[in-house]
Amino acid sequence: MTLPIKGASIIKAFEDAGIQSVVALPDIVTCDTVLWPLSSNPNFMFIPVCKEDEGVSICASLSYCGQRALLLIQHTGFLDSINAIRAIAVEYQLPVVMVVGLQGSDPDTHPNQSKSIGIRALGPICDALELRHAFVKDEESAISIVEMIEAAYENSSPCAIFVPNPPV
Amino acid sequence: MMKRDQALQALARHYQDGIAVAVYQTAFDWMHIRPHDLNYFCTGAMGQASSHGLGLALGAPDEKVIVLDGDGSLLMNLGSLVTVANMAPRNFFHFVSQNNMYEVNGKIPIPGAASINFDHMAIAAGYRHAFSFDDIGQFNSEIKGILELEGPVLVCMHIEPGDFYPLDYVTLHSEETRVKFRNALKSRLQSPLQE
Repeated sequence: MTLPIKGASIIKAFEDAGIQSVVALPDIVTCDTVLWPLSSNPNFMFIPVCKEDEGVSICASLSYCGQRALLLIQHTGFLDSINAIRAIAVEYQLPVVMVVGLQGSDPDTHPNQSKSIGIRALGPICDALELRHAFVKDEESAISIVEMIEAAYENSSPCAIFVPNPPV
Repeated sequence: MMKRDQALQALARHYQDGIAVAVYQTAFDWMHIRPHDLNYFCTGAMGQASSHGLGLALGAPDEKVIVLDGDGSLLMNLGSLVTVANMAPRNFFHFVSQNNMYEVNGKIPIPGAASINFDHMAIAAGYRHAFSFDDIGQFNSEIKGILELEGPVLVCMHIEPGDFYPLDYVTLHSEETRVKFRNALKSRLQSPLQE
């Protein structure tokens, strides 16, 4: 039996991947167990933004300074930021790492088969943008968070890590 | 009203060697007025200049960062005024060229052209200082002192087009421009300027 991913494991993955800054707008899926603890964690510079596309730019420009950052948002904000993601992250080939909670996702249904078109469309949108992505649900997938972040910074390429269910 | 290129020339005289994020027509003027590898033109999406500048200011806190924004551009990302003010980077200088129109997109007026006031907005958002200029003589005499203030600072420049500079979109979006910037910034961060 697989165990649901823990918020603490996600934060540990960020630390293991060398993340220094977290740019965020509150997301109901990751808020309690990831965002709140991160916001007061002295190991990270916490950068709250008013709109998600600001965070795409902030993560991109921090990378020029040799700093590792990630953007923690909700999937609605991801959808709202598609043009910034397309231009800044994908076309400029910058290591913009997005960790995205899927608000309203059914825990028993894979996001690609979700009743919500906003959730069901995420995978195909990423494919169309040639944006590397993964869905993380269980504790075993925590290691893939580290691997995806490492690959983003080693290859200077963006990625999206989708969190379908609230971490415990 | 100031000629944009004259205002940028005045600014460049006092900002010869630092990071500059520039967009649209101001970027086209600036790349000729102050050619430099620390010019950052690849903001990608309209409205994002202030957010790119914020990341640079936070990532390179010992370097000054100037953002050469446009009025239509800033209107697309007004929340960034609050984001910037909240992080309060002391090295962040935000210049807004206000010509009350989308100059490279058909010269259509911006919403609120008759009444909008960016320096008041900046102060309301929490910037430490904000100024507004429509006279090149006054701008010339005050810009050096403004660049010595603690940021975040916003300077609204009421401008009209000056001389024509080519719309060089290739340089604006090129990988070569990004590589030059990355290398120049890396070098600067390893060997900071001694002031």
